Amino acid sequence: MHRKVAANGNEAIANAMRIANPDVCGAYPITPATEIMQRFTTFVSNGQVKTEMVLAESEHSAMSACIGAAAAGGRVATATSSQGMALMWEMLFIASGLRLPIVMGMANRALSAPINIHGDHSDGMGARDCGWIHLYCENAQEAFDNMLMAFKIAEHMDVRLPVMVGMDGFITSHAIQTMEWIDDETAAKFIGEYKSTNPLLDIKNPVSYGPLILADLYMEYRKAQEHVMSGVPKIVLAIANEFEQISGRKYGLFEKYRLDDAEVAIVVMSSAAGTTKEIIDQFREKGFKVGLLKPRLFRPFPYAEVGEALKHLKAVAVLDRADCFGGSHGPLYVDIASALYNYAQRPVLINKIFGLGGRDYMPDHAEYVINELLQITKDGKVKSVKEYIGVRE
Amino acid sequence: MKTWKEVPPGAVITDPGSSRKFKTGSWRAFKPKWIPENCIQCLFCWIYCPDMSVKVKDGKRTEFDYDYCKGCGICALECPGKKGNKAIVMEEEGK
Repeated sequence: MHRKVAANGNEAIANAMRIANPDVCGAYPITPATEIMQRFTTFVSNGQVKTEMVLAESEHSAMSACIGAAAAGGRVATATSSQGMALMWEMLFIASGLRLPIVMGMANRALSAPINIHGDHSDGMGARDCGWIHLYCENAQEAFDNMLMAFKIAEHMDVRLPVMVGMDGFITSHAIQTMEWIDDETAAKFIGEYKSTNPLLDIKNPVSYGPLILADLYMEYRKAQEHVMSGVPKIVLAIANEFEQISGRKYGLFEKYRLDDAEVAIVVMSSAAGTTKEIIDQFREKGFKVGLLKPRLFRPFPYAEVGEALKHLKAVAVLDRADCFGGSHGPLYVDIASALYNYAQRPVLINKIFGLGGRDYMPDHAEYVINELLQITKDGKVKSVKEYIGVRE
Repeated sequence: MKTWKEVPPGAVITDPGSSRKFKTGSWRAFKPKWIPENCIQCLFCWIYCPDMSVKVKDGKRTEFDYDYCKGCGICALECPGKKGNKAIVMEEEGK
């Protein structure tokens, strides 16, 4: 029985964790992800899950506890945000390098300084190259669905990598939205039983985690990890197909919205995609061929598939909710540009930085960007490749 | 040497005791020298050795295992010796 409810993103993620019933959760609270573990510890106290909670003294320690527990052979999950994610950073690479299938909810939030508790993608983008699989969500429904799928992706025998599931801090984590639960039994059956590989607690078969690997073999391990990552998109799609059978909801590596016959398009992640779709509909009604591509699997980035989906367009605007100081453009722009560069015919590409520190992304921002794209298709002129929008000049 | 297709996932070692194959004695810059006439067989060197490079047979220490001794010098520091004369001294390698 699938139930329609009013829930926020944190509640969605906490419930997906409840269904997954992890053996261990190492956690430390941080706004706006605090509510995920707050709700989850209630499930622990009520005996709804058999999870061992490890309340650590920092996020570095919380992730360390997760790593130890995953190496011991348990199903492990946690959640974090912003500074907490930044403090975990060192351990994130260890989780992926040891091939531990830890699942982490992430309420995306800006980084200090200046300190700010609201939503942007600086935390996730800062951890984009740490060997974790990244899934990004537009709303609470996607947060619930992706979190369920995250366990199955991470624990797939051909993956065995950690997964983080990002949703916009406050906008998605705290705003109450209409969504649909999948009944516990069906969802738990979908995730399946966890089978550990080389668990430390199997004392009859002793193993060592974290050996020193020097110049003679380190590169082979890195190549092996890159190879595993390159196989992830295929598995993400296969699991999405399985998920569609229990939910009726279809997921790809990214979402295409009115894109196939479009001439111009916006590429944007997470909650801003919702606002953008609304404005695209308004432009479509006036006869303008506008579309959208919303990345879902951000790491590994599906370069070939994204390139194929965008190559026919005349002009594309990539909207980044984070900036790379001293880099050329926003992080998403750089990936989209890489996906398109090898095509002889490719769209004109512009980059907008928006929504930092929770600054609202308004319908007129989307309109402004689409009008600029339409202008480029007429005169071919780009006034500036990178621009901050919604900023006081 | 293994290729990238052969290395075990996550670099997990599933072969117990395989560190024996890694002879860390090659790291040594200073070498401990045992002087048996000054040794009171207190076995402090055996207790303090962070590796397992002080070999003990029938309750008595014997020669160092130079295959694994990294030359850290803890044994020489801890050695009480006999009447002020150390039973372990550190000597520069290659001298």
